[in-house]
Amino acid sequence: MSENRLTNILVPVFAVILGIIVGAIVMLVSGYDPIAGYSALLYGAFGDRYYIGETIRQVTPYILAGLAVAFAFRTGLFNIGVEGQLIVGWLAAVWVGVAFELPKVIHLPLAIFAAAAAGALWGFIPGFLKARFRVHEVIVTIMMNYIALYVSNAVIRSVLSDQGFKSEKIYPSASLRSEFLQSLTDYSTLHYGIIISLIAAVVMWFLLEKTTTGYELRAVGFNQHASHYAGMNVNRNIVLSMVISGVFAGIAGAMEGLGTFENVSVKAGFTGVGFDGIAVALLGGNHAFGIILAAILFGALKVGALEMPSAADVPTELVDIVIALIIFFVASSYLIRLVLTRLKKEGK
Amino acid sequence: MLNILEIIIPSAIFFAAPLIFTALGGVFSERSGVVNIGLEGLMVIGAFTGVVFNLTFADQFGELTPWLAIVVAMVVASIFSLMHAVASISLRADQVVSGVAINFLALGLSLFLVKMWYGKGQTDQVQVGFDKIDIPILSKIPVLGPILFSNGYLPSYLAIVLAFVVWYVIYKTPFGLRLRAVGEHPMAADTMGINVTKMRYIAVMLSGALAGIGGSIYAIIISRDFSHATISGQGFMALAAMIFGKWHPLGAMGAALFFGFAQSLSIVGQAIPFLKNVPTVYLLILPYALTILALTGFIGRADAPKALGTPYVKGKR
Repeated sequence: MSENRLTNILVPVFAVILGIIVGAIVMLVSGYDPIAGYSALLYGAFGDRYYIGETIRQVTPYILAGLAVAFAFRTGLFNIGVEGQLIVGWLAAVWVGVAFELPKVIHLPLAIFAAAAAGALWGFIPGFLKARFRVHEVIVTIMMNYIALYVSNAVIRSVLSDQGFKSEKIYPSASLRSEFLQSLTDYSTLHYGIIISLIAAVVMWFLLEKTTTGYELRAVGFNQHASHYAGMNVNRNIVLSMVISGVFAGIAGAMEGLGTFENVSVKAGFTGVGFDGIAVALLGGNHAFGIILAAILFGALKVGALEMPSAADVPTELVDIVIALIIFFVASSYLIRLVLTRLKKEGK
Repeated sequence: MLNILEIIIPSAIFFAAPLIFTALGGVFSERSGVVNIGLEGLMVIGAFTGVVFNLTFADQFGELTPWLAIVVAMVVASIFSLMHAVASISLRADQVVSGVAINFLALGLSLFLVKMWYGKGQTDQVQVGFDKIDIPILSKIPVLGPILFSNGYLPSYLAIVLAFVVWYVIYKTPFGLRLRAVGEHPMAADTMGINVTKMRYIAVMLSGALAGIGGSIYAIIISRDFSHATISGQGFMALAAMIFGKWHPLGAMGAALFFGFAQSLSIVGQAIPFLKNVPTVYLLILPYALTILALTGFIGRADAPKALGTPYVKGKR
């Protein structure tokens, strides 16, 4: 058992190392200097207070998106729809943020609640269709992503603005921005969202590991038939899992809407945060603590990459290649496990 | 009314062609039992290769360039799809995850190369494209001729022809029978001496090749350059078309044509009196909403190949 756990930790570590090495090879082959590239990346992520603030800001939605993907994963569901749930959450949060002016203690929670509810609704639909009609959630969530994108754009154009491209700025009473955190980090866009996402990670851990509901959800993920035989309501658990997953994703959208941008604008394409959440969840082994670590890694990669073109002349897309490779290696963990078992056998 | 159809139908075929190619690729892969969410990424590779080849070799090959660009895009995308094949068939990776990785990698790699070669986020405009043609004889048919066979691009018509070819291959040839057997019940197929792994590799590479054609056609005919937004969802729409068409080549073609129709309505709809007041958002979400409805069984039950998504492990019951 402990050996198994060791492999579970080694696989993501190996995947990250392999991803970074292949990234270096790509830079070498393309005629860039990998050492300069990676040092620029490191500096751009942690080099000074401002960069650290930006990295933490990027980590915030990554944690929540990762939790969303992982929560569904643990119940045996693949929620590719985190992106769409995030978009409707973002929209709902900003909508509440601009529509009312209330005391902060009511307004901010209300805006976050609206985002959670919107995400929950967007997660409920595929969950319900899966439970009721046995429709594969992967396809439905992909379709729901596009519906979210186009509907949110239409709402921004016709309701939240006068055929414009972005909404008004939200009232300060709904904002997560903090003078204190900003001054601490040399006026980065860091906001209180990071606290919310860390709380969410604890909630996910507690819910899954320490409650009866969580036990049932995991049981359904392990074996639907056995859970059914044991008297659990499989369909109810499938819907519940997608709804909770959607709540996490919706709150991730609120982080962007209430903290990072303080408005919502028409999008030509996806934000990518929801898809990166898949990478975060996979690398984090679908555990709350692992997800925080993975989110820090990917957040640092994304923010650090912005420094690479100016400091080392390397295109930022290198980081996307590295992230893709990491997912690839984690997904093909069969290979890494095989090598590990070989090594162990030879050691004996 | 006829005038309206003369605008809408050719533009529907125009938008549908890349979807048809890619959806047919999806049919091959999924019929063999391998989920291919990576169609989007394979289209990106196709679009990127097609545009770069076209820009680089336009002087050498002249009028032939776009055709060669499609062929090269087909080859490159099919090699790229090998990654998905290796991961999901040989290394037993989760096929959805591997597809997601393909999508990330395709976009990252192609934009990386674009920035390296062109020094900016998008390529130049393609100068040598396809010419619009009227199909001889057929375009002379009264009423139908001008609507269906005039003012189109040859690759669009080839897409429709190909759908029938794929239908023949899948339903009327031994290869097609084996392909379907591998997707429905790989163990039974294996027992009968069919090489499951080989069939699946071929199917995934075919899906890469066809998605490469689809992507390059989209880039050369519709967008005419390559940037991060060139392929934004067409691959997923092709996936939707394949499912909406119930994993059947002709069904996939029909669904792709319908999605192309919805897309062209959302673009040229403003010029049509009775559609003017319909907000474009409804037409934009129509293909996706319909796919969900199709899956729920309101439009006839759609069943996926039985072994879809499960790696085949020899000797495992």
